[in-house]
Amino acid sequence: MIPGDFEYHRPNSIGEVVSLLSTHGDEARVIAGGHSLIPMMKLRLAAPEHLVDLQDVAGLVGVSEDGGAITIGAMTTQTELIASKVLAENCPIIREAALLIADPQVRYCGTLGGNVANGDPGNDMPALMQCLGATYLLQGPDGTREVDARDYYEAAYFTELKDGELLTGVRFEKPVVGHGYAYKKLKRKVGDYATAAAAVILSMNGGSCVSASIALTNVGDTPLYAQAASDALVGTALDAATIDQAVALAESITEPASDGRGPAEYRTKMAGVMTRRAIEEAKERAQ
Amino acid sequence: MSDAQTMTLEEREATLGGVGTARKRKEDVRFIQGAGNYVDDVKLPGMVFGDFVRSPYAHARIKSINAEAALAVPGVKAVLTAADLKPLNLHYMPTLAGDVQAVLAEEKVLFQNQEVAFVVADDRYIASDAAELVEVDYEELPPIVDAFKAMDEGAICLREDIQGKTEGAHGLRKHDNHIFEWEIGDLEGADKALADAEVTVKELITYQRVHPSPLETCASIASMDKIKGELTVYGTFQAPHVVRTVASLLSGIPEHKIRVIAPDIGGGFGNKVGVYPGYVCSIVASIVLGIPVKWVEDRIENLSATAFARDYHMTGELAATKDGKITGLKCHVLADHGAFDACADPTKWPAGFFNICTGSYDIPVAHVSVDGVYTNKAPGGVAYRCSFRVTEAAYMIERMIDVLAQKLEMDPAELRLKNFVQPAQFPYNSALGWEYDSGDYPTAMNQMMQAVDYAGLRKEQAEQRDKVARGESRSLMGIGVAFFTEIVGAGPSRNCDILGVAMFDSCEIRVHPTGSAIARLGTKSQGQAHETTYAQILATEIGIPSEDIGIEEGDTDTAPYGLGTYGSRSTPVAGAAAARVGRKIRAKAQKIAAHLLEVAEGDLEWEIDRFKVKGLPEKEATMKEIAWAAYNNLPEGMEPGLEAVDYYDPPNMTYPFGAYLCVIDIDIDTGESAIRRFYALDDCGTRINPMVIEGQVHGGLTEAFGIAMGQEIAYDELGNVQGASLMDYFLPTAVETPIWETDFTVTPSPHHPIGAKGVGESPNVGGVPAFSNAVIDAFSHLGVKHMPMPHTAWRVWKQCQELGLTK
Repeated sequence: MIPGDFEYHRPNSIGEVVSLLSTHGDEARVIAGGHSLIPMMKLRLAAPEHLVDLQDVAGLVGVSEDGGAITIGAMTTQTELIASKVLAENCPIIREAALLIADPQVRYCGTLGGNVANGDPGNDMPALMQCLGATYLLQGPDGTREVDARDYYEAAYFTELKDGELLTGVRFEKPVVGHGYAYKKLKRKVGDYATAAAAVILSMNGGSCVSASIALTNVGDTPLYAQAASDALVGTALDAATIDQAVALAESITEPASDGRGPAEYRTKMAGVMTRRAIEEAKERAQ
Repeated sequence: MSDAQTMTLEEREATLGGVGTARKRKEDVRFIQGAGNYVDDVKLPGMVFGDFVRSPYAHARIKSINAEAALAVPGVKAVLTAADLKPLNLHYMPTLAGDVQAVLAEEKVLFQNQEVAFVVADDRYIASDAAELVEVDYEELPPIVDAFKAMDEGAICLREDIQGKTEGAHGLRKHDNHIFEWEIGDLEGADKALADAEVTVKELITYQRVHPSPLETCASIASMDKIKGELTVYGTFQAPHVVRTVASLLSGIPEHKIRVIAPDIGGGFGNKVGVYPGYVCSIVASIVLGIPVKWVEDRIENLSATAFARDYHMTGELAATKDGKITGLKCHVLADHGAFDACADPTKWPAGFFNICTGSYDIPVAHVSVDGVYTNKAPGGVAYRCSFRVTEAAYMIERMIDVLAQKLEMDPAELRLKNFVQPAQFPYNSALGWEYDSGDYPTAMNQMMQAVDYAGLRKEQAEQRDKVARGESRSLMGIGVAFFTEIVGAGPSRNCDILGVAMFDSCEIRVHPTGSAIARLGTKSQGQAHETTYAQILATEIGIPSEDIGIEEGDTDTAPYGLGTYGSRSTPVAGAAAARVGRKIRAKAQKIAAHLLEVAEGDLEWEIDRFKVKGLPEKEATMKEIAWAAYNNLPEGMEPGLEAVDYYDPPNMTYPFGAYLCVIDIDIDTGESAIRRFYALDDCGTRINPMVIEGQVHGGLTEAFGIAMGQEIAYDELGNVQGASLMDYFLPTAVETPIWETDFTVTPSPHHPIGAKGVGESPNVGGVPAFSNAVIDAFSHLGVKHMPMPHTAWRVWKQCQELGLTK
């Protein structure tokens, strides 16, 4: 539990970060809240020779509204997400999910950017960003580009992020007013990653589901956007048979690992249970 | 007039803060302010740091070790391997169980993360970097992970160092991977009871491998002063005096030139009883280098390489009449000891006090046999917050009682009541050889059943089961009853020793002229509040306020020899020595008082904090006055000072007991268990500090909850240890921990000077079966007899799935 040797950098601007990352290539890693990277370094599973600390970089913190869209800076902490009035009013599922991440001490340091950028399948925010249809804002030596959260994850710890690029924030359209939502997470204890978790956002009109979005956490080597399960809900009254069908479709896309949380079979079924419970709660909350 | 003379009796009692007072824990003042002094806080001038190279394999032959690259790293002082230790005869060390354990692996590694080389460097970072550069060439061998396969014909011999040896420390070895067979009781009688019985039950009950997991990991600092020839060792030692003796025997350094200091310890729970390779390597490195060497293990090392607990596969059999009178017990245990038998038991007891497994019941005949085997897992077998193998025994019998109750279609509480040892039977001689000192089991059980409205709970459970059957609920309710009897306070010299040293304990006290005192004991607190409670025992005996009595332990240069703290022995043994040393002080004080008051000793009577002349209540001498007089105004011929020492060899163990009940609600769809209620009635005899007892019960129940519901040191088929981190190894946080209801009865021990029995481990011993019984009880109406621990959500869900309850 003793990390290897590294150089520590503390730049002030995104430009400097990108320059450092370009110079050092895959020997450099950015560090945001440090709550994923530092444990990996202590276990020597990660041994970056250059650590680029983002905490003095201007312009990476905060939640802002721009018409129908919300932008969140990469260095915004989970605690700040929980406290955000903008999110509470427009997108309360983020607060609900953030409250299920680790514990208060971790949430004071852990950031949204750190949670989504690295492709750690255990993290909660990636599936939530897929559920919201969010876009990741990336900046690199060649300028900025945007990648959909649903296209960003390739495999565990492998993402669309290229060498020299920094994830500076996320942006998503506000879910419609009166939408129903729920983030359901099964875990062994406080601080644990999900055995399985499901994010659901849907909207109802006259007893009929007009839009639905479902994504799953930690039941594959990437977050999973459950397109077919989402589609199955639209145009229905979310009756029992429909929910059963959506649950089965959600379960069918999972490929969980067997680990201390349980064998793969269990985790698949729990993805189903979490999906069911999230749909039911979202339905109740929808106006 | 002094305050002491104007105070009422009640005020004087309150000032005294003696036995029975809920005195605040004195040590917490420093602990909660981060001002404790743990081993890692100790920093000696010129100190360097050690780190281990550990085996990635569970079983492999070491073909070569090359430390050249490591030694070339600037700041690296030395790399020790077995080849360096062998000339000193230190490549193996003796274990408490009569085996030897490799300090650094010589020809083979026998478990994953076994110590292979010890790198010493200027700081921990350099040591870790260099450890990565030590090249070890391994040839992998097939591992034995399943204890049931260890003694298969043709099974690979794990311990080549003792291959072919048919005689072990505890008798015949039947196989190269066999350690011992230990047998007690009446086999023929037990077999006959089973053959003749109207009803019998048999069940394999496994108590999984767990780990005590104290928050502070193990650590040591050795400092060899080559000029003086003196060795000082700081370490996480539950038994510092024994460590000094062992260090002297191993190193050849005379015992008076070794000083062992156990500073503040951040939890032990049995993890810090044994001697680990890290301690030995830090000592050897310091002797070699002549400078202080510190070793502090990390969390993964602690969980994967030091001192597991349990790993007992227990096949229990009960014989009974149709109306529920138990007529016999038989139990065979397959004990997985890992690669070395480093079990921390009194030397003559290879399976500890497992023969307490007749429990709280009057079972006329019983037989127990235990086979210990080697596997490719870490060594250990420590008593994790329990007396030696007592929690295993309690788990077996308390599970078997429930299995029998189910077979008899009888309520498990009723079956227990029907078979209890009755109050009039004490002192009670059990079929397996123990003499229970005192107990009143029916009173405790009935008090518990009334407190929780047991009948009401069963009624509610029946209704809930109906609801589930009708599809109106997805929640199963379980009620777990456990009634345990412990055996603690090891122990009488006639049957308890550690490497030949009898398991007495000690207290030494000096009363200062101004009426305060310092007492030192041979035990060592790891958080049990000894500084608080020993002072209370002494206060009551000598009339000096507990606030004015300092307590010290853990420094072998100052404290009297003792066998340390584990197996709930501090109160039964050292606490008894404290009471007796106090009586010696009071006896001398009485002589001084008689002199001061110019009366005969027999004319005096004791009252809280002073002697009074019988019939002349205004004539009195307070202990404060007597303490002063002890240094300047003594009866003729009396030696000055007010000091005493007592070494106490207990006549018997003590037998705490308790009645626990757990109510659990199980979510059928996820398998999650919610503890709705947990009630714990403990009888630990005389209660020294009710608040400390309550804290001990809370802590022990929390550990029991962890064990029953989530803790497991598991291995895959290759012997890779699974989940040796606190992400996977379940230490409950405040969020998961249930709310505890505590209660008590008081049945003093007849042989202990103040009637106290010890309590720290009871809640672990009684808690585990209460949780487990509750989970299994939730399924008992569906025919489920047993479910393996830990009762994690997925295992419980699997049970639901097998019963066709899941969707």
